Amino acid sequence: MRKIFGRVYVVIIMLFLYLPILALIVLSFNEAKSMSVWKGFSLRWYEELFHSKLMVQAIANTFSIAILAALIATIIGTLAVLGLAAMKPRTETVLMGFNNIPMLNADIVTGIALMLFFLMFHWPRGYLTVLFSHTVFCIPYVILSVKPRLNKNTDKLFEAALDLGASERYAFRKIVLPELRPGIMSGFLLSFTMSVDDFIITYFTRGAGINTISTLIYSQVKVGIRPSLFALSTIVFVTALVVLVAVNLRQKRIDAKQAY
Amino acid sequence: MIAKKRFAVPFIIWIIAGTVIPLASIAYYGFTSRSGGFTFANITAMFQHDHMQALGLSLLLALISTVICLVLAFPMAMVLRGSKYGKQGFLIFVIILPMWMNFLLRTMAWQVLLERQGVINSILVAMGLPRQEMMNTPGAIVLGMVYDFLPFMILPIYNTVSKIDNHLIEASYDLGASRVKTFTSVVLPLSVPGIVSGVTMVFIPALTTFVISNMLGGGKINLIGNIIEQEFTVNSNWYLGSGLSLVMMVFIIASMLLLQKFDKTGGENLI
Amino acid sequence: MSELIRLESIVKSFDDTVVLNGINLSVAENEFVTLLGPSGCGKTTTLRIIGGFERPDEGRVFFDGKDITNMPANQRPVNTVFQNYALFPHMTVGENIAFSMRVRNKPESYIKDKIKYALKLVNLDGFDGRRIDQLSGGQQQRIAMARAIVNEPRVLLLDEPLGALDLKLRQEMQYELVRLKKELGITFLYITHDQEEALTMSDKVVVMNEGYIQQEGTPEQIYDEPVNAFVADFIGDSNILPGQMTDEKLVRINGVDYPCIDGTEQGFPPGRLVDVVIRPEDIDILPYGQGQFNGTIISKLFIGVHYEMLVQSEDGNIEWLLQNYDQHDVGEKIGMKVDPENIQIMHKPKSEAESARELDL
Repeated sequence: MRKIFGRVYVVIIMLFLYLPILALIVLSFNEAKSMSVWKGFSLRWYEELFHSKLMVQAIANTFSIAILAALIATIIGTLAVLGLAAMKPRTETVLMGFNNIPMLNADIVTGIALMLFFLMFHWPRGYLTVLFSHTVFCIPYVILSVKPRLNKNTDKLFEAALDLGASERYAFRKIVLPELRPGIMSGFLLSFTMSVDDFIITYFTRGAGINTISTLIYSQVKVGIRPSLFALSTIVFVTALVVLVAVNLRQKRIDAKQAY
Repeated sequence: MIAKKRFAVPFIIWIIAGTVIPLASIAYYGFTSRSGGFTFANITAMFQHDHMQALGLSLLLALISTVICLVLAFPMAMVLRGSKYGKQGFLIFVIILPMWMNFLLRTMAWQVLLERQGVINSILVAMGLPRQEMMNTPGAIVLGMVYDFLPFMILPIYNTVSKIDNHLIEASYDLGASRVKTFTSVVLPLSVPGIVSGVTMVFIPALTTFVISNMLGGGKINLIGNIIEQEFTVNSNWYLGSGLSLVMMVFIIASMLLLQKFDKTGGENLI
Repeated sequence: MSELIRLESIVKSFDDTVVLNGINLSVAENEFVTLLGPSGCGKTTTLRIIGGFERPDEGRVFFDGKDITNMPANQRPVNTVFQNYALFPHMTVGENIAFSMRVRNKPESYIKDKIKYALKLVNLDGFDGRRIDQLSGGQQQRIAMARAIVNEPRVLLLDEPLGALDLKLRQEMQYELVRLKKELGITFLYITHDQEEALTMSDKVVVMNEGYIQQEGTPEQIYDEPVNAFVADFIGDSNILPGQMTDEKLVRINGVDYPCIDGTEQGFPPGRLVDVVIRPEDIDILPYGQGQFNGTIISKLFIGVHYEMLVQSEDGNIEWLLQNYDQHDVGEKIGMKVDPENIQIMHKPKSEAESARELDL
């Protein structure tokens, strides 16, 4: 009885989560522009999507910003973790408190705060202001993923390397860095996805001329939904699906190897 | 010994330029009048009828969405906890996947479903039923919020629930507690940290959103987020926008402090 | 034996807490020295100062006559077997062992031979390709040893290396360590809080407490002639009782006079208040009334080879701890006697800190 209830419940939640997405996918192949009439299979909205210069430019912006922001955030964040470890616990707590602000704060506040900052210092809003803003909200995620990797155990391993004659630089490269690597990687990936996904902060910190996928969707939805956005949804969904499946399979392979 | 303080220099610069000064500038603009003098007018502007209405509605809708998410998420987390390892992985995958889709597109999906000429109405018409006006209602906004934020409630709760030692539950049964009693006095108290971070992750974005209300409210229903956004993007009145943001931040901080009271672990489960 | 390591009045504090209070220690070439003490006694800090991971606030560290107080860890001719081993988790067993040789740019053929030799030495032939997480605790322990010795250090520092192992494995490894030390012919400086480990393996035991050295000597000296109540208590189950010298080589405990072998010559003139240590296995059981004193058995435990009993004196003032191979029943009245050479007279400490300072002088 409990089991059946559990199954039914899961199915209901799944339907709730996926039916809207399914509707978008189906409509993306509809010849008609209407959301209520099916006029036959077509790929015309996909064509329209890729012929849109605005969209192609937005995609390029989204990914270049995401990669650069994640890269910068990863470097600054990882260095910060190493720096924080050398500080007095009190100083560290204060800095970590500031570090958490962009993560805990509402995005709209972070967005307008940064916008005001750029206005105050007459920093013309555009690609660079968006990039800077993205690094601001990515760094906390990097720090939170890397920090747990640097612990007593890392200290011990570092000491063991020195004990065996390694210089500090060598010990850092050969022992500490490999220990931190999983944290650094997940910090980078987390930053990348947060950056790609962001709308609100980009919305307030971008200039008039620059769009990411998110801001472009928003402006188009406001004007009126075109089915090319359904095509975009389908592509985004399928991409996410493929990436997540690949990650999961890879994880399974690693698990299997470890089990052996 | 690995650590050197100077490594944190870029980080500190980023904190100052990216967090401290920007937040200070909200405070500065919030207490400054357009002519440049000190004023409380931007703060007290919250008491204007429109603004109070928007704030009240925001709090109400955010609260309703959070409660719905919580009620939907807890059974899901328990089902996940009880599933076998392989199935569990699949279910978590299924819950995470929508989070990877841009939330504007997800919100748009409901617009497509709910619109007058949308999918649900065309099905209703095909079945010979009357059209329903579903868009541009508070209900549509709540639906959008629940849809967008539900995974953020399920995952943290699942995280804490899955860590509850089965022995504790068995011990409770062993000591004579019923299912309900075991749930209310063992499972629920132990899941508080997950509930707290789930509530934080749903309530605050719901309270401050302007996107969902814009897309599913058709610009006719104003939440506090919409008011602030318009001050910045349409009216270019940063002073008023900042003042209202400060008031909104008070609510954010208050809700966080309130939640923190329940959670003694201090928000470690936030991601 | 020539002196290899010398610590001269080492003082070290962390955040206003003094952990080492002027430690003087000498370790001879090829000696097996154990620092023994409860956690927080300063033994690990002492080891870390020798290893070069901490700088003393005061005092000097000498190695082979050379002052190495400020020499960085990676240049010291000592290697450490760390508590919990600190094996590099992302490297194989072979890569772990090769680490110190790769740092020194030794040729790969040499490294290969050395890995083989080291693995053979610790009885783990053919393990070089294994990952660290595939090893049991005991195997990890051996690999940590192998990694520390390939560099041919003159001193091996061992920081509670057996602490994480279960009892049986720990006992096996004790033999193994003694064998290894013999084969390598190097100095071992060993840290433990386990008195049994210290007594079975060491040439010299150094008992530490609260940042002071309490006593150093051979295991026999430490066990048979503890200098104070702390050492006596830490080294094993003991009867530590207040007493008074009533005559030359006669001590009174709880109203009964016992002949002993300490007197004025040893600093215990008649009239002096003292502490007396009597090991539980040194109390002989006789029929009631035939010993020096009588008592009633109030509890009995069988602990493997022998029985451990608590015996209450007839006036109810003291409880004696006894170990005996023969079985006696709870409630039985017995007589007991102690031979004079098994009565260890100690100075009474004024307070624990004071006594420690006294000893240090």
